[in-house]
Amino acid sequence: MTTSDTTTTSECPIILDVKGLSTDFVMKRGTVQAVRDVSFSVHAGEVLAIVGESGSGKSVASLSILQLLQPPGRVVAGEVRYRGQDLLLLSKREMRDVRGNKISMIFQEPMTSLNPVFTIEDQLTESIRTHMKLDKKAATERAIEMLRLVGIPSPEQRIKEYPHQMSGGMRQRVMTAMALSCDPDLLIADEPTTALDVTIQAQILALLADLREKIGMAVILITHDLGVVAESADRVVVMYCGQVVEEATAQALFERPLHPYTLGLLESIPGMEDTEDDGQLYMIPGMVPNPLNLPKGCAFAPRCSWAIDRCASDMPPLVELEDGRKLRCFVDVTAVEPAAPACAPAESAPAGPTPAGPSPAGPASGEVRA
Amino acid sequence: MSEWNQSSVNEVPSRGSESQKADETFAMGIALPDGQIPVYDHDETFHEKPENQWLEMWRSLRANRAALVSLVFVLALVVIAVIGPYITPYNPIETEMSNALKPPSAEHWFGTDQLGMDIFSRVIAGTRVSLTVGLLAVSIALTTGIVLGAIAGYAGGWVDTVIMRVMDMMLAIPSILLAITLMAALGKGIDKAVIAIGLVSIPEYARIVRGNILSIKENDYIAAAHVVGLSDARIIFRHVLPNALSVIIVRATLGISSAILDTAALGFLGLGVQPPQPEWGDMLGRARGFIFQAPHTLLYPGMAITATVLAFNLLGDGLRDALDPRARIK
Amino acid sequence: MLKYVIKRVLMVIPVMIGVSIIVFALMRVFSPDPAPIVLGQHATIETIEAWRDANGLNDPVVTQYFKYLTGAFKGDLGTSYYTKTPVTEEIFARFPATIELAIAAIVFASIVGILLGVVAAVKKNSIFDAAGSLFALVGVSIPIFWLGILLIMFFSGYLHLLPSGGRIDVLLKPAEVTGFYMIDALLEGNWEAFGNALQHIILPALALGMYSMAIITRMTRSSMLETLGQDYIRTARAKGISEGKVIGKHALRPSLIPVTTVIGLQFGSLLGGALLTESVFSWPGIGKFTVDCILKSDFPVVQGIVLLVAVIFATINLVADLAYATLDPRIKYSSKKER
Repeated sequence: MTTSDTTTTSECPIILDVKGLSTDFVMKRGTVQAVRDVSFSVHAGEVLAIVGESGSGKSVASLSILQLLQPPGRVVAGEVRYRGQDLLLLSKREMRDVRGNKISMIFQEPMTSLNPVFTIEDQLTESIRTHMKLDKKAATERAIEMLRLVGIPSPEQRIKEYPHQMSGGMRQRVMTAMALSCDPDLLIADEPTTALDVTIQAQILALLADLREKIGMAVILITHDLGVVAESADRVVVMYCGQVVEEATAQALFERPLHPYTLGLLESIPGMEDTEDDGQLYMIPGMVPNPLNLPKGCAFAPRCSWAIDRCASDMPPLVELEDGRKLRCFVDVTAVEPAAPACAPAESAPAGPTPAGPSPAGPASGEVRA
Repeated sequence: MSEWNQSSVNEVPSRGSESQKADETFAMGIALPDGQIPVYDHDETFHEKPENQWLEMWRSLRANRAALVSLVFVLALVVIAVIGPYITPYNPIETEMSNALKPPSAEHWFGTDQLGMDIFSRVIAGTRVSLTVGLLAVSIALTTGIVLGAIAGYAGGWVDTVIMRVMDMMLAIPSILLAITLMAALGKGIDKAVIAIGLVSIPEYARIVRGNILSIKENDYIAAAHVVGLSDARIIFRHVLPNALSVIIVRATLGISSAILDTAALGFLGLGVQPPQPEWGDMLGRARGFIFQAPHTLLYPGMAITATVLAFNLLGDGLRDALDPRARIK
Repeated sequence: MLKYVIKRVLMVIPVMIGVSIIVFALMRVFSPDPAPIVLGQHATIETIEAWRDANGLNDPVVTQYFKYLTGAFKGDLGTSYYTKTPVTEEIFARFPATIELAIAAIVFASIVGILLGVVAAVKKNSIFDAAGSLFALVGVSIPIFWLGILLIMFFSGYLHLLPSGGRIDVLLKPAEVTGFYMIDALLEGNWEAFGNALQHIILPALALGMYSMAIITRMTRSSMLETLGQDYIRTARAKGISEGKVIGKHALRPSLIPVTTVIGLQFGSLLGGALLTESVFSWPGIGKFTVDCILKSDFPVVQGIVLLVAVIFATINLVADLAYATLDPRIKYSSKKER
């Protein structure tokens, strides 16, 4: 309510509704539950960021949506409704009509995501011809148009080139052109800028934002970089160890993070807040737990400064708060001081107006929420 | 098309075969873009002590069932090679013309050949020849190849050029053709066959050793050895070769199988062992005329060759998997 | 590209000279004296000496070699001691048969090998994979000549389906134009002769190609597995193109790059294997002839054959490298390092 209602996207229809998605990797050493009961939805035209460290399951979740998982990965439960149709129930042929057409994807490794032995033209026109049923000439024209759209100079010449003749940034633009070539409803961008250097990162992000407005598609932006989120997302889903731990509008999340993990993530962004005193970058203490052997209670509890006894034994449920926020935590971090002063984030809460005290719509001040 | 589709991404095959695949996938780090699992790196075993290397090797070999079975088979062959001539039911070189080309029976398990010799006894007795030739030929190739490769790699310059050019020339002629030409020069006989087969496979080993030496010559610990004042020969034998060892062992095991094949080929052409000494290839060559009349004369010696070669190949593959962690992801 | 080809061709020359020295040394220095073999047991010392003089065998070895070398550059490889026919004629009368067989074998090996390799990789750890691996393992372990014998036993002796030897029925032999009977038969429009030649070539090609097929299967499988794990395969799938296209185009083409090199090497080794296959199937090619000539110390013929085989070997390697470069756009001739 009070936090952020500047976006209007939530009034737009939901185009992708993920419910209770669970993905397992069954291996000799045991089963890894890479994605555990994940739910979120994407409204038409909005940018939803999925944030988490490596191993949080965000990439696996996105691959699960398009069913691009390789064995031993396997979706074991849940539904992925795209405009009401559960994608998990589609036949392979029907699924192919969705991929690259209605929902397309950009991957994090532009250097290796293009096939080295085919020209850009070949790789770009492939999906255009498949989905838009254009002939070769028309497809090439469309491909050149797309290359121009993503800002590749002299596309008529570059389209004849092979990937190795292009820089990383150019290749990511090609990947983007490829993903957008069939006017998708939804673009899943999996760490689209991670492998690129900073200036190119900014260019690609600006390009994505620009194109989103032009084409009017929704974007799922998968990243570990909250800086990227701050720049471009409308809403944010924070994942940890395969679970959603917090969901909020981007503004609300940055102003008033509610999950200790989100807090930690925000703290560790360089230049995000004024760490004028020591200049040291904050790091969340401890390690991501072994996915084969997750803690019984909250997966973040072992690293959490706020953890109470209950966190180790019970799994906190994902609770819906006011204004559509969701949170998986027993503790109200806005009201309680962290227990371990060694990694105290109390003084350096995020750049929002005020860290803790006067949050008007904060959850009922109290220790335990659920 | 539909056939390909079966392997599509979200399909889940049976679990048993899955698990192994999963581990491999994780070792490669491809399945999970954000590195779901701490990747258990098979780090370079380069600097490890040889003791560990042997132990490690044995452990991985033990895990490979096919390799283990082939190891047992190879050991059994060695036993047969040693005691074979004493346990044959008949004298393998005793002819009995009245009993020629008899099909397998209770008396003659594999039948008799065109001279009435007991094929079973000859197959058993032939094991010794094949294994000996295989081992000796590989030993010749190995020692010569290691020395030449080490000199070439270590000395560099024109020495390297000369040695490797000669190796190239040898590789420019199909090995069996070169071996036959050598046999013509040296004359017939099993000892000559050993030399011919050994000589033609020198280049392989020389190349491996040279390549290894070139790649590790620049390593710090070799430089350190130099600083400490170790002699070149000592450095080669104490530091460089142990590092190339795993590749050489694998290559040599596979080399034994090709040496056995070459021996049989020379025997088949009548260039190897001279009769009546039993040798598998020679047995095949001499019984060729009876292909329709008495197929059994051609069946068992061929099976013996194939089984032996197969065992060494399996063992070589198993060793490669055990010794080279990177090969395991294949 | 032409520059690269020329450079490679020039690089072959020293190797060829080296090969000729090796063979020359083996034949003239170490091999038994051909004179008594050629002239028979009853030759006198005088006739032997006269023969040796006539054939230049009493000259110093170095002189003999240079004579041979200058002749070779002019295309004269000497004459056979036995038939008194020029070596080049002897060789070219038999060579097409061997090349025809080798081509048939490599075509079989490549097609079946790549197919099996792809299926094994795509259906990794399935029964197909296991069967393919086993097949490949047996393929590299079975002696060519024994396989040939088994094939004859089964297809000729038992099924009476295919001929057990020879290139073609004498009555159907087409007029020699190229020396490749199958092509010659087609040129004549003689389908019966073509079919007959085809029937004759199947078994020897199978026997000869089996080893190469096994090697190609293994190479394709491992190369394909590596490719299937690449990011660009995921990209291709994300495009929504059919799985057949993902495998048959995006995965296959990069996978074939290392396979072409292997095919080239295998074609070279087939020439060696032809020695054995030809003698099993009475194939009137150069293989059986070579063995006979080596055993008879017919120096000029052996030298000629070995040189020719080495030239072919080198040519095939060059062709394989060029094929490699057309498949892999990242390869530039100019920046390519010497082998």
